[in-house]
Amino acid sequence: MASRSRRPEHSGPPELFYDQNEARKYVRNSRMIDIQTKMTERALELLCLPEGQPSYLLDIGCGSGLSGDYISEEGHYWVGIDISPAMLDAALDRDTEGDLLLGDMGQGVPFRPGSFDGCISISAVQWLCNANKKSDIPARRLYCFFSSLYSALVRGARAVLQLYPENSEQLELITTQATRAGFTGGVVVDFPNSAKAKKFYLCLFSGPSTSLPKGLTESQEADQASESAFTSERAPHKKARRDLVKKSREWVLEKKERRRRQGKEVRPDTQYTGRKRKPRF
Amino acid sequence: MKLLTHNLLSSHVRGVGTRGFPLRLQATEVRINPVEFNPDFVARMIPKVEWAALVQAADTLNLAEVPKEPTEGYEHDETFLRKMHHVLLEVDVLEGTLQCPESGRLFPISRGIPNMLLNDEETET
Repeated sequence: MASRSRRPEHSGPPELFYDQNEARKYVRNSRMIDIQTKMTERALELLCLPEGQPSYLLDIGCGSGLSGDYISEEGHYWVGIDISPAMLDAALDRDTEGDLLLGDMGQGVPFRPGSFDGCISISAVQWLCNANKKSDIPARRLYCFFSSLYSALVRGARAVLQLYPENSEQLELITTQATRAGFTGGVVVDFPNSAKAKKFYLCLFSGPSTSLPKGLTESQEADQASESAFTSERAPHKKARRDLVKKSREWVLEKKERRRRQGKEVRPDTQYTGRKRKPRF
Repeated sequence: MKLLTHNLLSSHVRGVGTRGFPLRLQATEVRINPVEFNPDFVARMIPKVEWAALVQAADTLNLAEVPKEPTEGYEHDETFLRKMHHVLLEVDVLEGTLQCPESGRLFPISRGIPNMLLNDEETET
């Protein structure tokens, strides 16, 4: 392609990329808001929180609070942490309900053990794979993040981190450090065959391992399609017509129906249809 | 910053470990922010709260009398739950500082947002 979009991680640290202009996009761009909300909805679904019970959630990379808004609408409470002051300013302007912290997840999650019932993150963790300073070592920063997150969660809680990995090595690095920190689980991929709709969710379990949820695919989306279903079946006509007596009423009715199917003009059926005329005509 | 968040915050300065709690709170500006009362949530958070740290923080902010410990059968005591809801979720510290009790590191609070960023020498990695 003539102009290939460059990944934001390549242009510098996140606190510089997410400046005032970028923060404004997350507040005004309705498509961005919609995508963010859908990903948050899916992440909450993957968290498998108990029904009818308010939970206390941690939002890593909360940005302008779009994910937090959805969490609040679902009846939960949340604390968000982000490295960008501009994005947090946008969250303040929007009067989000959750509490906000300015912090770097690579330096560890600054919470006591057993604080949160769950953790979500939308499009944030991939930033840890890039080193922006000489002292940044991605593997160590990832391990520091995951080990502090592990202790901050309640025993048996889950973390669902949606991310955009640059390649499979990056995804491997992230999952390796999560496993080292004590998490079990893996990656759930929604819509793996779609270039645009493909989404990666890192599902991490603290405590005993359970089965990994299945990712969404196109066939599930097709179930909701409103178009008529295609069929290659041919309706049998010849056999049925063979049994009818010629010029009988049934024969005449069937012939008229066939001409209607062919799109021809046909007079309506009446009680006289197929009736023999008197000899006087 | 709400007092519930303060009660869960711990310092992540290198070498501090579990001694980074509770952060010493100095507030210069506090606001009361009405929040919808949810008895289920408050009841679920009561066991997580470190009570001594909460009483200390409330004293720092000169709040009304906070009980020395949770009352017996607090789940059904609406008066107690409403009081704790107010203290934990409605009191909002806008300006001030948090201090790590072990290393003495100060974390400023600006517009209700604590700044927990560390410089290179202080971080674990």
